[in-house]
Amino acid sequence: MVAFLVRRSFGMIIVLLAVSFATYLIFFKIPGGDVAGRIAGKQATPANIADIRQKLGLDQNVFVQWWDMMKQLLTGSLISYYDGTNVVQQIKEGMPETFSLCIGAGIIWLGFGVLVGTISAVTAGGASDRAITALALIGISLPVAWLGLLLRYFFAGEGGAVAWFPDGGYVPLTTNPWQWFYHLLLPWFTLAILFIGFYGRVLRSNILDTINEDFVRTAKAKGLSSRRILVKHTLRASLIPIVTLFGLDFAAVLGGGAIITETVYSIHGVGYYAAQSIHQQDLPPLMGVTLYGAAFIVIFSTLVDVAYAYLDPRIRLT
Amino acid sequence: MATTGQEEFTLDTASELAAEESGSKIEGKSPWALAGRRLRRNYVALAFLAVFILVLLVCLLAPLYSSHVSHLKSDTPNAGGHITVNGQTIPILSKGSSKFNQNGSVELTPGGIPIGPQWGASGGAYFFGADGLGRDVGTRLLYGGRNSLLIGLSSAAITTVLSIVLALLAAYFGGATDWIISRFFDLIWAFPVILLGIALGTALSINGFNHGPIHIAPGSLWIPIGVIAFVFIPYIGRPLRGQILALRNREFVEASTAQGAGPLRIMFSELLPNIASSVLVLFTLIVANAILTEVGLSFLGAGVQPPHPSWGTMIADGQNVLASDPWLSLLPGIMITITVISLNVFGDGLRDALDPRAKVRIEH
Repeated sequence: MVAFLVRRSFGMIIVLLAVSFATYLIFFKIPGGDVAGRIAGKQATPANIADIRQKLGLDQNVFVQWWDMMKQLLTGSLISYYDGTNVVQQIKEGMPETFSLCIGAGIIWLGFGVLVGTISAVTAGGASDRAITALALIGISLPVAWLGLLLRYFFAGEGGAVAWFPDGGYVPLTTNPWQWFYHLLLPWFTLAILFIGFYGRVLRSNILDTINEDFVRTAKAKGLSSRRILVKHTLRASLIPIVTLFGLDFAAVLGGGAIITETVYSIHGVGYYAAQSIHQQDLPPLMGVTLYGAAFIVIFSTLVDVAYAYLDPRIRLT
Repeated sequence: MATTGQEEFTLDTASELAAEESGSKIEGKSPWALAGRRLRRNYVALAFLAVFILVLLVCLLAPLYSSHVSHLKSDTPNAGGHITVNGQTIPILSKGSSKFNQNGSVELTPGGIPIGPQWGASGGAYFFGADGLGRDVGTRLLYGGRNSLLIGLSSAAITTVLSIVLALLAAYFGGATDWIISRFFDLIWAFPVILLGIALGTALSINGFNHGPIHIAPGSLWIPIGVIAFVFIPYIGRPLRGQILALRNREFVEASTAQGAGPLRIMFSELLPNIASSVLVLFTLIVANAILTEVGLSFLGAGVQPPHPSWGTMIADGQNVLASDPWLSLLPGIMITITVISLNVFGDGLRDALDPRAKVRIEH
């Protein structure tokens, strides 16, 4: 176990370094042309451009440039090219909003996903299964941006008819817990619906696979009640793959993957910060956010492997 | 197969079909013929395939709609223009006005609100209304659909081909080749999909792509196609590599090696046919996901660049006037949802018929 964690941590650092280098290349090498010229703007003199190039270290080897940026990022001194704000500071300020959005949405999608998937599998072939299957299909086929706009239009006063919910914005939990909840309800569902549909479908097929396993038949032969078989045997085994999915999905949304939901509802989280930086073609914040997102993904994927070994005795960490 | 006492759990399409497949009905038929037989009997999947083909055909007819029905181009702004509806001339974008009341207050009516759907009253023009720049929404919807579908289908095709080649190389040669390709998958996979997509999309839309023999202009549709294709590689490459790895040491591969077949022959004539059914299923589901990703990227400004229409850019264009002109965002969203649902249902049917194990998932 310890050996596994040590090796994985080492691997994680390598992946993160590779991700940061890839991000650097994406912004400095792919577009072609002169980065300093792009930053200096249209009316820059050659002296301006040379000055910027020297200041940013763009006259140096690409590895040196990248390493300089990484050093700044890790020591928390990296600043935006666009407005000079501190990148690490900005990400830290966005985190409470992103976390509020993602934790709430995560609870909703896990809860509803498991509920919907279980009902669907238990009533397989019946009317409620067919209804859930159809709804889940619609859920995974809706573009998130459109779903967000649709909910805003119908429930947040954008359409002028009903204004049951506030139209975007965020109130910190510490300021007013009720307003926090009230402001986040629509964004939570916007983010969760895709996942509810997906988890419901996965869980349904997992349960239908599991009920044909020998241990379920044994439980039945022992004379256990069907409720106990479902909860203690079938569901327990069927939920293991869901743990993996949830870990990775949750990491992705925490790491800035909720960018569309945050943009639609003007929640100024990490994803929103990334979206703003994209419009300004501001590299340092994007480096910061991408690395922050990748860190969540690699850390959570290690956690998922550990949880998997714990939940499923057939799997051993090596 | 269904065991006694478990019928309530096993009424699944795939197992239903499998259960009735026995004896003379399936004797002497190839796996593909069997799959075809299963698919032909899955009327829901076929109906949704028909829906998808219908959407595709309608969007391909966009130029005809533009020249014969709306008489308007998809990209030409017409903000100051007028149209004649039932003999009356009305501006395409409403004029703002200010009215001075007796008591000195001023009533301002904001201008620039595009006309709504005309439903044919104006002889085909602005059937679904105009957008904020006075462009015909109906025409843009069809051209936008053409672009969205082109992006979805081409990027899925490119990803699939690249992933197949990488997965074959990795699983066949193993060792260092496998290590490098697997780490490449890991690298892309470690980025959140949408963040990598917008990073690449933004970087490429600055100056286009000019490396080696490939030159792509900044506003080209090939940029979102390439970006989506690249981002999805590990999501197909990884499962395919796993499948090929399981086939790699089977007897038929050994037999082929013994007959003197080279690596290329083994990869493409022995291994590839064995994963073909999974590839087909994955491809359908990737098209659906690629269309959704295009919407996300275009919504954030990192996908299709103006003035090209796409369903994603149309939703983004409509969001600022959501309160006054909801149809601008509603229509393209409905089209996307119909298209993606039809692909997902057909993909599920294809999977039930061909390969019940194939799975694909990508977040947006």
